[in-house]
Amino acid sequence: MDQKQYVIVKLDQETYGIDIQQVQVIERLTRITRVPHAPSFVKGVINLRGDIIPVMSLRERLDMARAEDTNDTRIIIVRTKKHVMGLIVDQVKEVLDLDLQEMENVREFSSKINSNYIKALGKVDGEIVILLNIDGIIDEA
Amino acid sequence: MDMEQYLDIFIEETKEHLQHLNESILELEQDTEDANLINEIFRIAHTLKGMAGTMGFMKMQKLTHDMENVLSEIRNGHFKANSELIDVLFKCLDALEVYTDEIASTSSEGDVTYTDLLSILARILEEGEAAFAGVDGTKEVASITEEVLQPVETSGSGVTVASEDDEEFPRKFETIKLDDFQQSTIHKATEVGFKLYGITIYISEKCVLKSARAFVLFKALEELGEIIKTSPAVQDIEDEKFDLDISVFILTMEPMNKVYEIISNLSEIEKVVIGKIEEPFVEAGEQLLVTDKATCKVDEQSKVKSKVVEEKKVEVVKKEKPKTSKTVRVDIERLDTLMNLVSELIIIKNSLENIEGHKGGSSFNESVEYLERITTNLHDAVMKVRMVPVEQVFNRFPRMIRDLAKKLGKEIELELLGKETELDRTVIDEIGDPLLHLLRNAADHGLETPEDRRVAGKDVKGKILLKAYQDGNNVIIEVKDNGRGIKADKILDKAIRNGIITAAEGENLKKEQILDFLFMPSFSTASEVTDVSGRGVGLDVVKTKIQALGGSIDIQTEEGKGSTFIIRLPLTLAIIQALMVSLGEEKYAIPLNTIQTIEKIEEEEIKKVQNNEVIVLRNKVIPIIRLDEILGVPRNESEDHSLIVVIVKKGEKLAGFVVDELIGQQEIVIKSLGKYLSNIQLIAGATILGDGEVALILDINTLI
Repeated sequence: MDQKQYVIVKLDQETYGIDIQQVQVIERLTRITRVPHAPSFVKGVINLRGDIIPVMSLRERLDMARAEDTNDTRIIIVRTKKHVMGLIVDQVKEVLDLDLQEMENVREFSSKINSNYIKALGKVDGEIVILLNIDGIIDEA
Repeated sequence: MDMEQYLDIFIEETKEHLQHLNESILELEQDTEDANLINEIFRIAHTLKGMAGTMGFMKMQKLTHDMENVLSEIRNGHFKANSELIDVLFKCLDALEVYTDEIASTSSEGDVTYTDLLSILARILEEGEAAFAGVDGTKEVASITEEVLQPVETSGSGVTVASEDDEEFPRKFETIKLDDFQQSTIHKATEVGFKLYGITIYISEKCVLKSARAFVLFKALEELGEIIKTSPAVQDIEDEKFDLDISVFILTMEPMNKVYEIISNLSEIEKVVIGKIEEPFVEAGEQLLVTDKATCKVDEQSKVKSKVVEEKKVEVVKKEKPKTSKTVRVDIERLDTLMNLVSELIIIKNSLENIEGHKGGSSFNESVEYLERITTNLHDAVMKVRMVPVEQVFNRFPRMIRDLAKKLGKEIELELLGKETELDRTVIDEIGDPLLHLLRNAADHGLETPEDRRVAGKDVKGKILLKAYQDGNNVIIEVKDNGRGIKADKILDKAIRNGIITAAEGENLKKEQILDFLFMPSFSTASEVTDVSGRGVGLDVVKTKIQALGGSIDIQTEEGKGSTFIIRLPLTLAIIQALMVSLGEEKYAIPLNTIQTIEKIEEEEIKKVQNNEVIVLRNKVIPIIRLDEILGVPRNESEDHSLIVVIVKKGEKLAGFVVDELIGQQEIVIKSLGKYLSNIQLIAGATILGDGEVALILDINTLI
């Protein structure tokens, strides 16, 4: 069966997965320059080896409470068809192979989560991993 | 060898020729009697025919061929160019442009054949003949057909013609010497029935892509048999290191006249000389001697010949490109890469300047200064490479205005000034559409109808001036018409009616402010929508585009006298001098060319006018913009009572930006904030400072 690799990240108590195909690089938190009048979840821009990349707080994008930056905070640089974007997450845990079979369609999962941001749900060791739809999260804004 | 590699050259050159054709036809319209122009147009059509033929674009070849025929008739004085003919020529030009575009995007010329155009050309040709049915006429026509049909005709007379000794076309293959290996190959081959032919092919002087032609030729030959030897060598032919003739030895089973026929049927072949070689190696000594003699004779001939050819060539080149200098075509992407590298270098240089303090030593300082000079020069050099004269854009407009004038029933004269003004390539590529818009507006709305003009006591012929010039670090492009001008009150009415402002607000507006409404989306004052303009999209798009290029646009207008649209564009896009300022914890860059002065004022000097803060400076009232508030900079209350105000200028408007601190002047590399943040107002881009920090560049256009 098809296996795909996901970067597993933590936000608050929840576990999320980002398709590794879309991940360009994972960076430690660097200095972020605020951009006036940008949407509130866009924290600003960073200098990624000479390129200017906007970064957003994934927490705020998913309507979660803000959190203090810690030593574990990372910026995951992801790429969609249209954009390159940094996503601030609380912690990057690991990279996991997930069978597509294990995933459940999100619409069957009754929740208040915006289905445009969520691709599917996966289960690893009994824990639910929410697989993010990066294109929905970034391109829709 | 592959045709693909010639495609780019073909497209580039075709575009140049088409542009040239466009200019020539326009000139011809002014003076239909000018024989030189007819010749020029004929020559271009002919060149295009040759090029299209070489590349196998048969439809294009057919069209240019027919154009050539008609032009040849005019050239021979059988009938005169008239405006109808010029229209047809323009249509041909359009068709050729469509072909070229199609080729550029799909590598094939597409399915459109323009049969109507071809039949019009045929009709003109026929009527011309009918009209001038005299003795001369038929003779001339005959000569044309002869030229076109030549290869077919000669192939009819076959081998006799081929083996004929021709003074002008020597049998150069006789001079080729074969090495032992080749001789033994030939020996073996002839034993099993192969025949060895020596062929000398003369390519037409007019052939533009000689090596491509040679490629086609070799392909044809390879289908016939095996090529034993070529002169010049294959590599030289590929590199176009040959004159006009190619000699080959070929081993084949085919009869001689078939080989001859196939080769001479290829286009752009002037002459083919072929001869059967009877085992030269059998009586090696004698044969070589004979060949040597022939060589001497031939050499002399070819010297004379090549001299003639060269002279002719020089002439052709002169005509073709009147102001050619040595140039290299470079992919714009490579220049971008180079530019990026220079940018990186400047960032590093800036960071070196920053650590200067820690090192101290004077030799270090000297080195950094030296580095600075070099990077500045390097930057200038790269920028210059990217500069292109606006001519490239301007040149398409005369034709457009001509067509528009016909369509609108107006007489319009377009004057182009400052065509040589240079702009960055990226700006050039983008500026065409906005200018097109403005010119259309000027022709359609700006200029009155001939009757109105007569009534107003003006010259019936309206005039549009397109003028470019450099002003410091900016290039200004003006689109000026001497038409009716813009009625400010009419715009105000419309703005009030559209609910953009209230009538009361309108009372206090200055003329420039009212004119600014024109640049708002869906704001068109044209009472009727015409085919040309007036759909209410336009000026706002123009403004957006120009602002995206870091430029600005202003209007000056006088009722009854005309309007001028003034576009101000930055000379360079990538690297600018900027003043770095700080606001709270944040750093911002203000482009230096927008800064007028820097003032230190006391809080009390700020006055209030209608709730807006202003200062009076040298008798001018200047609005104050508190950057920290507008940009939402988080800050602590300051107790300072004196303020630093940076006075910036946009066109005629001034404004004072209140900043916390001046950091200093710096060369910065402009980087885009990316598509995701592209709709952020007030910020024109970002730059990376020496220490790796990102600072934002203020967009003066949206701030004032």
